Amino acid sequence: MKLSAKIYSAIIFGFLFAPIVVLLIFSFNESKSLSVFSGFSWKWYEELLRDRNTLESVKNTLVLAASATVISTVMGTLAAVGINKLRSKWYRAAMNTVTDIPMTNPDIITGISLMLMFVFVGRLFGASTSLNFFTMLIAHVAFCTPYVILQVLPKLQQMDKALPEAAMDLGCTPMRAFLKVELPEIMPGIITGAIMAFTLSLDDFVISYFTSGNGFETLPIRIYGMTKKTVTPKMYALATIIFFVTMALLLISNFIDNEDRKRLSEVRKKNKKS
Amino acid sequence: MKKIIELRNISKAFGDETVLDCISLDIHDNEFITLLGPSGCGKTTTLRIIGGFEFPDEGDVVFMGDRINDMPPHKRHVNTVFQKYALFPHLNVFENVAFPLRERKVPKSKIKEKVDRMLSMVMLSGFAERRVTSLSGGQQQRVAIARALVNEPKVLLLDEPLGALDLKLRKDMQQELKKIQKNTGITFIFVTHDQEEALSMSDTIVVMSEGKIQQIGTPSDIYNEPVNAFVADFIGESNILDGVMLEDYRVSFAGQTFECLDSGFARNEPVDVVIRPEDVDIVAPERGMLCGTVTSVTFMGVHNEAIVDIKGFKWMIQTTDPVEEGAYIGITLEPDAIHIMKKSKYSGMFGDYSSFSNELEELSNPGGAENE
Amino acid sequence: MKKSCISRTQGTYRAALAPYSVWSLLFVIVPLVFVAYYAFTDNSFSFTTENITRFFTATSNMIQDDGTTTEVRTYLLIFGRSLKLAVISTLACLVLGYPIAYIMARAKEKTQKTMVTLIMIPMWMNFLIRTYAWMTILQDTGIINGILTKVGLNPIHVIGSETAVIIGMVYDYFPYMVLPIYSILAKLDVKLLEAARDLGCGTVSVLRRVVFPLSMPGVVSGITMVLIPSISTFYISQKLGNGKFFLIGDAIEGQYVANNLHFAAAIAFILMLILLVGMAIVKYVAAKYVYGGE
Repeated sequence: MKLSAKIYSAIIFGFLFAPIVVLLIFSFNESKSLSVFSGFSWKWYEELLRDRNTLESVKNTLVLAASATVISTVMGTLAAVGINKLRSKWYRAAMNTVTDIPMTNPDIITGISLMLMFVFVGRLFGASTSLNFFTMLIAHVAFCTPYVILQVLPKLQQMDKALPEAAMDLGCTPMRAFLKVELPEIMPGIITGAIMAFTLSLDDFVISYFTSGNGFETLPIRIYGMTKKTVTPKMYALATIIFFVTMALLLISNFIDNEDRKRLSEVRKKNKKS
Repeated sequence: MKKIIELRNISKAFGDETVLDCISLDIHDNEFITLLGPSGCGKTTTLRIIGGFEFPDEGDVVFMGDRINDMPPHKRHVNTVFQKYALFPHLNVFENVAFPLRERKVPKSKIKEKVDRMLSMVMLSGFAERRVTSLSGGQQQRVAIARALVNEPKVLLLDEPLGALDLKLRKDMQQELKKIQKNTGITFIFVTHDQEEALSMSDTIVVMSEGKIQQIGTPSDIYNEPVNAFVADFIGESNILDGVMLEDYRVSFAGQTFECLDSGFARNEPVDVVIRPEDVDIVAPERGMLCGTVTSVTFMGVHNEAIVDIKGFKWMIQTTDPVEEGAYIGITLEPDAIHIMKKSKYSGMFGDYSSFSNELEELSNPGGAENE
Repeated sequence: MKKSCISRTQGTYRAALAPYSVWSLLFVIVPLVFVAYYAFTDNSFSFTTENITRFFTATSNMIQDDGTTTEVRTYLLIFGRSLKLAVISTLACLVLGYPIAYIMARAKEKTQKTMVTLIMIPMWMNFLIRTYAWMTILQDTGIINGILTKVGLNPIHVIGSETAVIIGMVYDYFPYMVLPIYSILAKLDVKLLEAARDLGCGTVSVLRRVVFPLSMPGVVSGITMVLIPSISTFYISQKLGNGKFFLIGDAIEGQYVANNLHFAAAIAFILMLILLVGMAIVKYVAAKYVYGGE
């Protein structure tokens, strides 16, 4: 790589990592300050572990993310399978648009729109509070599923069509061919889709903010509340933990995807040679 | 003929692998020269060195007297027709062909004139507005040729351009290219692994293997007088046997002595003997110079291809006469059917028709050569 | 018999697609309809356009930097400001991000993979905290000023300015600009670049005439993924703008908190329309640029 390229990359990556480094360093700060580092200490992490409210919101977030992930992965995989086989151009275009909307719509619009609908429907049934865990779950599934589809559908499209055909030729019903041949082939896509859905749900703030009720607080919402008051490095400690968890998940996801790509390109090379 | 490009002692390695081993080659004005060889022999690398996309580790590339080793591609008066055409998908046919002219800021009216002339030369007039992605393989091929020629380069490099076309189209394009070369007088350097293609189109053929030039010559030289077993086997089919050159014009092989037309070897020098399958005549066993049993016969349409076991060596004979599997036959050879070559590292690797490819041979004969 | 076999499997596939279709209809499409519904109704749910007109006609008094007060159209001002900041941020992302995407696409395979992972890392940090961290860096008593004063230079006052907000936005959305461009550039056929050089193009010409036009789909994608969120963001402006700059996102949130749902919906509705139109324009312009030849 040319020197100028190296320098430019260094500057850009420096810019990108500056806040992260700040975050890491100051989470261990002895004092309360977020801009002057006075010494190394674990105390914020310890305080974090004692903070009941924060731990509660962590639990909430995980429960919500896990549920949303399960539902959106299953629904998304089924949807991808269905979309892959669609014959009608009209239907396929409609599906593409619908899947596109949650991904390109700004979070605030998605959040507001769902909130308005839930409030309206709630009023219709005379409920006093219409926003709760289930409304958040619905919202999360709505914005996670397109990403699952985005991961699974390409795998279906790139799969060698001859594989399930060979299975059926050798005696499997279409359903068994799917379970025994197609599903394992697309499994890396399903897993990376699930991981993606999980991290999106963990990290979501705006949509959760608009669709949550008073009782159920997720971590991002709690953090928002915390930033409105004076902030201590305890929040940084929290953020650091979240950061590393997310990083671990995404690295795993990356790894799975890469291995799968390598496998597929080797298969393709062999086919080309013969 | 004037020399237009000279390659002097070019060597190139990729990592540990030597791809070109001290290649020297003269290329002349108005010549259709083909680099021919199996994949991995270095022909494409040689082409890319001439085009400026690779640089030699050692040696010189000389273009009309000037050493151009370090000259980048856009400054060389050489243009390339790429294997997969490399047409710009975001431009239509006209703009693709006009691309180099626009780069040189040629005035608009001239551009139109030149592009139209090129398109009519490749018989694509009327295709100017078309998107290149909507064209067939053959049409894309011709756009690529027009684009490479519109700049009127001194030399055109063609990297296996006809590989993706089907048979009949390929034959037509071979004729086309030959015609274009004759009409424009531009030197064409053509790379292919298809020996029939090379034989039919070229003025000169350069046979390459394992990074070395094996033989340079006209198509008939290469075909009728291959210098070693590799060339003999790569071009057409050959029976290659061990022999001994007793004296000028007399050679001994397969236990018999034969008259031949070659001389210049030492007395009793071990040699490779090449006999083309179509040069073998089948006769009754009593009248034959050699006799053997037919082990298989394949009907090829144009002729029959018979594999005959003569003293343990499997010969291939092409004949229009009827032959039967299992028959005991005799063969005769005219003196001009026998061609003598010096022994080389390729001796013993080819020529026996127990199998056609190396893979099957290894499976049935692990580790062994099977001559004699 | 063959026909019923095929239609039976088609039926299974349609059944597989059904849950998602229903879910999207109910929870993606219908909510958007609700936005329109709320936007055009008042508290008693009778039709009115007053929410929409309020957006265009509401005025308030703004104190200028020199102390004078002027009457401005509140929401038009806010919208103009959001648009301005979003466009500047998008352009900044494009200008800074394209070279990185190019460098990444030309790098060796291993380096590429590392760089892609590195670019994505900021996205793993919670959005709120990223922004908050920038606040501590840029503050008057923050880290940058801390370093500057130590070295003996004058502190800079950046927090609370539009620049700070832009920095925050660029930081947040930078990977979303780089990755699509990188993705397209990485798939660019190297032979096309060789062909361009073969036909007489020096490095600059190759970039201008072949690389950039062919990367347009990635550029459009990147612009889309940055412009849309940056117009509608609401937290960055609060924290890095010190509460001085209200952007459209802040306006919507403000109305929501004040329980003026109908007006909030109106603002959201107008925002949606503007984004739709804006994106259509971007796609149209890009298509014209890419396929017109030269």
